[in-house]
Amino acid sequence: MSDAFKGYKGRALETLKKFNVRVWSETHIQSRRGAFKGIILPRAENDDDRHLVLKLANGYNVGVAVDTIEQMHQVGYKEAHYKIPEKEFPFSPAKPNIKLFGTGGTIASRLDYRTGAVIPAFTPGELYGAVPELADICNLSTEKLFSVFSENMGSAEYITLAKAIGAEIEKGIDGIIIGHGTDTMHHTAGALAFMIQNSPVPIVMVGSQRSSDRPSSDAALNLIHAATAACRSDIAEVMVCMFGPTSDEYALLHRGTRVRKMHSSYRSTFRTVGDIPLAMVQRDKITPFRNDYHHRRKDRKVDIYPYFEERVTMVYYYPNMHPDIIDALVEKGYKGIVIAGTGLGHVNKPVYPAIERAVKAGVAIYMTVQTLWGYVHMFVYETGRDLIAKGVIPAENMLPEVAYVKLGWALGQTDDLEEVKKIMLTGVCGEITEREPYNGYLIFQGGIPEIEEFLKKVHK
Amino acid sequence: MPSVPESVENYEKSKKIVGYESFCQASPRTYSLLGFRCGLEIHQQLKTQKKLFCRCPAGLYQSKDEYDAEVIRHMRPTLSELGEYDGTALMEFKTRKNIIYRIKNESACTYDIDDTPPFPLNREALKIALEAALLLKTSIVGELHITRKQYLDGSIPTGFQRTAIVGIEGEIPLAARRVRIIQLSLEEDACREVSDIGHERIYTTDRLGMPLIEIVTYPDMQTPQEAAQAAHYLRFLTRSTGKVRTGSGAAREDVNVSITGGTRVEIKGVAHISWIPRLTHNEAFRQKALLEIRKILKHRVNDATFWKTHHAPLAPEMFKDEIPLLKQAQERGCPIMAVNLPGFGGVLSFFTQPGQTFADELSARLKVIACLEKPNMLHSEELEPLLGRGELTAVRKLLNSKAPDAQVIFWGPPADIETALETIEERCRLAFEGVLNETRKARPDGTNIFERILPGPDRMYPDTDSPPIAIEEELIDRTRQNLPSAIVDRLEKLRRWKIPPDTYDYILRRNLFCALEKIIRDFDQPPRFVGALMGHTLKNAESHLNGAMPLDQEKIYDLFAFLHRNKLNRNILKTLLPALYRHTRMDFEALLRNVNYQNACPEEILARIPLLREKFRRQNAFKDAAAESDWIMGQLRPLALGNMDLADLRREIDGGRL
Repeated sequence: MSDAFKGYKGRALETLKKFNVRVWSETHIQSRRGAFKGIILPRAENDDDRHLVLKLANGYNVGVAVDTIEQMHQVGYKEAHYKIPEKEFPFSPAKPNIKLFGTGGTIASRLDYRTGAVIPAFTPGELYGAVPELADICNLSTEKLFSVFSENMGSAEYITLAKAIGAEIEKGIDGIIIGHGTDTMHHTAGALAFMIQNSPVPIVMVGSQRSSDRPSSDAALNLIHAATAACRSDIAEVMVCMFGPTSDEYALLHRGTRVRKMHSSYRSTFRTVGDIPLAMVQRDKITPFRNDYHHRRKDRKVDIYPYFEERVTMVYYYPNMHPDIIDALVEKGYKGIVIAGTGLGHVNKPVYPAIERAVKAGVAIYMTVQTLWGYVHMFVYETGRDLIAKGVIPAENMLPEVAYVKLGWALGQTDDLEEVKKIMLTGVCGEITEREPYNGYLIFQGGIPEIEEFLKKVHK
Repeated sequence: MPSVPESVENYEKSKKIVGYESFCQASPRTYSLLGFRCGLEIHQQLKTQKKLFCRCPAGLYQSKDEYDAEVIRHMRPTLSELGEYDGTALMEFKTRKNIIYRIKNESACTYDIDDTPPFPLNREALKIALEAALLLKTSIVGELHITRKQYLDGSIPTGFQRTAIVGIEGEIPLAARRVRIIQLSLEEDACREVSDIGHERIYTTDRLGMPLIEIVTYPDMQTPQEAAQAAHYLRFLTRSTGKVRTGSGAAREDVNVSITGGTRVEIKGVAHISWIPRLTHNEAFRQKALLEIRKILKHRVNDATFWKTHHAPLAPEMFKDEIPLLKQAQERGCPIMAVNLPGFGGVLSFFTQPGQTFADELSARLKVIACLEKPNMLHSEELEPLLGRGELTAVRKLLNSKAPDAQVIFWGPPADIETALETIEERCRLAFEGVLNETRKARPDGTNIFERILPGPDRMYPDTDSPPIAIEEELIDRTRQNLPSAIVDRLEKLRRWKIPPDTYDYILRRNLFCALEKIIRDFDQPPRFVGALMGHTLKNAESHLNGAMPLDQEKIYDLFAFLHRNKLNRNILKTLLPALYRHTRMDFEALLRNVNYQNACPEEILARIPLLREKFRRQNAFKDAAAESDWIMGQLRPLALGNMDLADLRREIDGGRL
């Protein structure tokens, strides 16, 4: 489709052509419903073919039904250029050097008229124009590795990212920030935590829950927090840095292997599961909550393990599951399956034979819990013992998504299932914890008087 | 006797230069000489069950200290669709405000605090908006596009208001002229402000998200009185739908004023239509004053681009006497700065509004932009000087001021000093431009005060969270068929019925016209009587029962129907209707007992006359015929109400005597 008619199709497109009017034309329309004047805007591709979108002089958009149009002519042309004001990012030798890798997502963004969605914009200059506070924190350089929505991040991207980060660390960078869509941020965080080990510097993943095209976006503050963490934090691990409460107050640093997105739209969606977060980040300080982390080092050594086996899957168990699901996966050549089982790690009896067949066929099967909190305990009930006997391996308290990326990473290194098991059950960076602290499981319930009191006093 | 300060003399002199006339003195000629133009923006809440973009109940208000949780946000300017930062946006960002929302679980959800995307638009609200758009004779759009209008003051937690145009280009007929309508849009209401002190502004989220329509007129009104007329007309029109909210804050007006050589200034927060004339009058002269100031400054300063202030820190110890304001500032740890404004002598005390001078423009911006709470400054031309001649000389010396210069002294938290200095310089520099595009806040005394820079179309942004909504021909046709009659036709009918004109406002404002029309038609009641009953008796009852809800027009109709059915005389309505107002839940029979009605036929009543007459004559030596008639009337009146015509009764009493 030609650019002059961006997004228009069918009758709407015919109408534009008929009256010789194109996108960005300043147009006068005479319709049965009255006269309309404005600039023809591109139309979102999925919208219908019965309307033209017009931007009126007062900034509002309206749709005009093409069937009502009697006359229309172009009186001018005004193409819009979307650009975040770009200013050169100031360099200061006294400040740490930070590299921001872009993967897509909405850290900084602008509108895309084709889809009506927001797309990222991201050079240091653009970021400086939008978030000038960054210059008070660090010297920033950026590199756009991919431009994908977070659901399209996959193993190839993990590997590219891990290698790129390794190279930056060797070159002497003081901290890494990764801009990432929030939907699968915890998958990528898990993968990077396994692929990049012994990093001497913080590797901070950040995104935003409210796109940066709105004044109340969390993007700018998240970026400020992430930059602060990358520059000043002593914690040299792969972490997710996102809003603690929904209020603009502080961020939490979550260990990449224990973090999960827990709400589809809340700003404070990321939570550490089964443990407490690593630290709290405010504009001017970082407050660690614990000491058992990898500390920042001066050396430039880092171990990169850029491996991933694609034929690994995750199965979310449900009570009426039929065995053919598992059989089909084996038949299709999957080498590893992570099951998110019920309760302590269970599936129903009808699935047993399929599991047996899978194990026999050399498929690695690991059990996690769909309760998210808590350990797999397969010796408590007979079901669990049966499953172990059939070759299912309990994955301790690894989150299902983390177990999935770890199994992909392990099978990427070796086909020897014993070796895989050793890798899987040896903790790398907090994905398995020896103990679950009492305050590692906190899901408050509204309505309880003391919780209500807390909510009134403390900004959630 | 103390002499009048120079500044006061200058203020009075400048008032003359401006040609200020008080509101009472002014005539239509005053406004035509000024080139007065006024437009309106009417915001009217719709009576829907739920909010516009979420399923929270609408109209559930909380008191200001009552809340379940608080959320803090900051607002940051973003790019508009056409790639520009909005001027207002940048200004608001300078203020670095902590915005706190007080949330009540009953009335706000995660959508309200911008933690959930919008739900599909409330169709009930759309239908009401469409009805109003048709009444305004606007061209209805083919498709509703939800647009985001940025507000960085924090009044909406997202930082923008979701709004959509329903119709453009309509009109209303006023007595003198047609007033054109620019647009009608459907939008969500904002939060209610609790307080705004320093860097902290607090809102409640109860009103947030309630559906309202905004009607914008062209600046077609040429006198302040016409502006009020148009506002009334629009109020009657929206209320004629019967689907809008009434009561405090349910309808709010913004007025746009400009004069020749001036520019559009928007006055927000006009709580009553009766405020409009005085507000617009004063604003017109404020603009005239700013134009005069520009003239003076241009005469004094050759090139405004090189105009600059300079400043120095001021130690209050340099003054012989202690200045309490400065002392307090010092005690709070606020630096005090003296600023020299070259060529501004006589400008700071220049009249702008009654009791206000140009210096007030500076002070208001210091409050809004630099977050300096008032009192935030002193200056060399106070109308009630706090600084004596000696102190001023010392300040001038400190700043190396020249004769035609003026000086400002301000104080505030250290972090705000730089913004404050910029703000003063910027506002003074803008004085060379004359009138500025500003949003100003209405004050009850008829003056107004700076609120923010008037935002432009740059702050509009398509809402990527909502798909467009087609408005089908069929919905328009259906709505058109059920439209209430036009206000202009209703006014004409009221006149034809010879209903007292002082009742029109109440009848239309309370949307009683349909009931009135039906009562006249169905029960053969005299229009003048019904009109007066509504516009006088009912209005009176309402004003005496403060805070009561207005009577439902159906109820009034039913009362007439009851009367008709029971063959009661309408004269009882003057007591029955106020009683109904007091006891809306009481059934009509009980209501009759409540006003002590006794059933009696005219014959029974008339039969009592001879006995009463005898009684009167026995007790009174003087045989005054008029007194006798009045006394008997007084005795029988309560019984006659509802049972017979009082004029007939009087005739019988008087006839019997003859």
